[in-house]
Amino acid sequence: MILTEQFPVLIVTIGVFAGYTILLAGWLNRKSCFYLCLMTILAQLVMAIFVLRHVLTVGIIHYWLGGWRPPWGIEYVVDALNAYVLVIVLFIGLIGAIYSKRSVEHEIEARKHVTFYTIFQLIVAGMCGVVVTGDMFNMYVLYEVASLTTYALIASAGGRALRASYTYLVMGSIGICFYLLGVGFLYSVTGSLNMRDVSLLLPPLYGSRVVQAAFVFFFVGLSIKMGLFPLHIWKPDAYTYAPSAVSVIISAAMSTVTVYALIRVIYSVFTLEFIRSYVGVDITICWIAAIGIVAGSMLAIVQHNLKRMLAYSSISQMGYFVLGVGLSPISSWGLLGAVAHLSNHTIMKGCLFMAAGAFIYKYGLWDIRDFEGLGKKMPYASAAFTLAAISMIGVPPSAGFVTKLFLILAALHSTEVFYGYAYVFVAVILFSSLLNIVYFWRVIERMYFVKTEEALNGGVKEGDAPMSMLMPMLLLAALCIVVGMVWLTKIPLPFIADTLSELGLGVLP
Amino acid sequence: MVELMTPLFVILCPALAAPLILLFGKRPNIREGWTIAAGIATFTLVLSMIPPIVDGEVITYTFFQTIFEGVACGFKVDAFGLIFALTSSSLWILVSFYSIGYMRSLKEHAQTRFFFSFALAIFGAMGIALSANLLTMFIFYEILTVSTYPLVIHDQTPEALSAGRKYFAYLLTSGVFFLFAVMMTYYLTHTTDFTNGGIPALATAPRLTLVLLFFCFLLGFLKAAWMPFHSWLPTAMVAPTPVSALLHAVAVVKAGVFGIVRVVCYIYGVDLMREVYVLNEQLTLGLILACIAGFTMIVANLFAIAQDNLKRRLAYSTISQLSYIILGAALLTPDGIRGAMLHIPFHGYMKITLFLCAGAIMVVTGKRNISEMAGVGKIMPRTMLAFTITAFGMIGIPPAVGFISKWYLCLGTLEGGGIMMIFLFVLLLSSLLDVVYFFPIVHTAFFKEPEGEEKAVEVKEAPLFMLIPLVITAVFSIIFFLAFVLRPVEILSPFADILSLHIYELVGIAVENVLA
Repeated sequence: MILTEQFPVLIVTIGVFAGYTILLAGWLNRKSCFYLCLMTILAQLVMAIFVLRHVLTVGIIHYWLGGWRPPWGIEYVVDALNAYVLVIVLFIGLIGAIYSKRSVEHEIEARKHVTFYTIFQLIVAGMCGVVVTGDMFNMYVLYEVASLTTYALIASAGGRALRASYTYLVMGSIGICFYLLGVGFLYSVTGSLNMRDVSLLLPPLYGSRVVQAAFVFFFVGLSIKMGLFPLHIWKPDAYTYAPSAVSVIISAAMSTVTVYALIRVIYSVFTLEFIRSYVGVDITICWIAAIGIVAGSMLAIVQHNLKRMLAYSSISQMGYFVLGVGLSPISSWGLLGAVAHLSNHTIMKGCLFMAAGAFIYKYGLWDIRDFEGLGKKMPYASAAFTLAAISMIGVPPSAGFVTKLFLILAALHSTEVFYGYAYVFVAVILFSSLLNIVYFWRVIERMYFVKTEEALNGGVKEGDAPMSMLMPMLLLAALCIVVGMVWLTKIPLPFIADTLSELGLGVLP
Repeated sequence: MVELMTPLFVILCPALAAPLILLFGKRPNIREGWTIAAGIATFTLVLSMIPPIVDGEVITYTFFQTIFEGVACGFKVDAFGLIFALTSSSLWILVSFYSIGYMRSLKEHAQTRFFFSFALAIFGAMGIALSANLLTMFIFYEILTVSTYPLVIHDQTPEALSAGRKYFAYLLTSGVFFLFAVMMTYYLTHTTDFTNGGIPALATAPRLTLVLLFFCFLLGFLKAAWMPFHSWLPTAMVAPTPVSALLHAVAVVKAGVFGIVRVVCYIYGVDLMREVYVLNEQLTLGLILACIAGFTMIVANLFAIAQDNLKRRLAYSTISQLSYIILGAALLTPDGIRGAMLHIPFHGYMKITLFLCAGAIMVVTGKRNISEMAGVGKIMPRTMLAFTITAFGMIGIPPAVGFISKWYLCLGTLEGGGIMMIFLFVLLLSSLLDVVYFFPIVHTAFFKEPEGEEKAVEVKEAPLFMLIPLVITAVFSIIFFLAFVLRPVEILSPFADILSLHIYELVGIAVENVLA
């Protein structure tokens, strides 16, 4: 269907135009901003689902912006991985938007709502653009759109959020500049910005220092944007002090998009051959990831502020992604783990941050030590938090368990190449489960099982969070289990086969 | 191989009961009705699976093929799995009645959470019993761990919460080792199915890998409370008595030893266990496992002697008795494995009686320590009679059935020959130590005079809801023994089989499968 091939660019342009429309409509009626934003993201999600269906049944979508041929024109390329990430990003965007209605009313002054939703719409549009584009510089542009709007939204909470946003601004800009430097280096040796074109032109240059330096710049730059340990300094403050709805979006969607960018750059631009020829880079990436997994979890254990703890948990989860990417040259299970974690992490983290936001919205609770009796006061929100936490810990058959399963199998396969070291990675993955238990379980224990005076006396039930905040949370909590079970079955096999072949990796052994 | 949906329904009964229990939390009688209904339904369905299995068939049901080639998530009910399933489902009904009596007598809080977690725990246990491969078993194993946590910390006192944390620390860490072992097995053999005689492909793996893998499996089954990783079990005694009965007889610990026997007989296989050695040719995996079991047996009994709290004493007794099962499997001989498999249901029934008696004593007299229980035998004669009979059974004295499984275990050591005969003495010593700690309880209850009050002692038993289940389990302990004795008699054989839930036939088939 020709119409479906237009959808990728439509998704981005609708997003941008909607930003303007929301701004204008806000002059007339402040309340309409939310609904406009919601409708737009819904429309984008519907289009994204059609795109996914098209890609899985017909084939890759190529769209030439303005009709100009690549590599001179900007090309939008949507293959299986793209379409999947697009659906995930828009889904969490939609859920987050529904969630944001009451949360934003509570946390942001009324006169700023119009700008809030304008910028929110632009974040989503920017992220969609990063996901669908096939041109490296275009990815930079749209990534900056998404990032700058994120900095603004984080700062909208005022107070300490201003400082947090400023730190994020500085570090994020450094990160994306590194990415731009990488793009520049590649452009200087190949003369092209189109991803597919560069990947065809690069093979003779694999040994060149420029190309190797470009790879390192890409990796470091995107690691800063991802918040991989030790380049994570901006993350705790940014996630903690941002408004709750914004925390949901940046933790669930932005990190997904950044990891996607990393996978795309490594496997579609610098292909598998490059990594195999650049001796030692895969094990370096794995070690960095392994250290990140453990460090993030250990730092999370000492936190008392719930959102800060979740931020460090995110830092740890980024390690899982990078470990999957690092193990992929040896075993396709690694990339499967990273790709599966794209959806699993989004669902789990989104749910956790939504629950944290609900606790703040209803009772102003930031500190875990105040959570006593919360299981009775806010039963549904606590239940959603518990389900998502159980999934993060890796209790089967949840989503987090599936990721760990794939990564462990990848690490076991890598014993053929890494010999003894591979068992370290297995141990790291399993040990991180235990660390997750430590810091999640104390929250759950305090919510449900610690006896309080009020609880013994029957407790004051002021009720749970409002429906518009509860429904998204509960949906995500249910998805934690459902998506986990789906990944265990053979249902995603066609999608996985497509993704792996498009990225140049073999079939699943 | 017969494809039936019965295993699915067996799982669905407790799984559906759980949300129904939550929904009807405000109507206690209906809520309890769901538990009982689910229990009876589960047991009936499990009973219905006996005829095909006794005929030598295996019932399978596959949920779905997983993304891992060669691994399907599903059930395969063979004789050994059915034994565990029968034990769990029959005892669930009895413990449910007991719990109703216990919780209502003590006017306990959070009863809905209690029955909800109970149903989920049985869901996990039945899943483990019926699972076809390691991956399915792992999924239900973790569900069992997580669902029994609210039961352990039920009282919500700081002591209970700390016990819960210890419980999780041991069992979730153990789960991590189990997961590694499952994935390693898949990586080495491309299957995780329980195969009679062990997975053939495993024999081609390097010896060191097999040794380490076995230890990872052992660490994965810390639910079996083998020493030195046993201390979660006595600490978990802070839970209400129905939970301790559940933990000790039905679900958690039996799932642990069930897993060990599965790994020894159906993953590694008897032959591989004899061949793989550590350091020295003589130090085979079988021998190492037997040593661990022997050590646990003796040391746990010694610890038991030192305990004054009745439930803690029974906990250490359980740790010791579980090692009987591990030893039976480690002996790798027909009678040894037979003894192990028989001890799973028999110990279940006997231990549950002991715990239910302990709970009854607590409810009626408020006493938890043995030193305070002087004269309890006069206040609660029927309860203490049940206790005495089953305590004799634990020691190995007829008429309770403990004698039979110990007899087979001893025969197993003789069959093993060579160095394994040492374990005959270990078994006998352990039985002797059993006498040392069980006899004082009986003596104190019946023959010691309570200090202080001179008033006439009136007989006051626990409420019927609590008394009848423990009497039933005690009576069944005797019935199992009688069934064994009467089986050879032609005319009585069918009745004996039915009354003993076909346990002896099933064990016979299972042992044949393992050693085929």
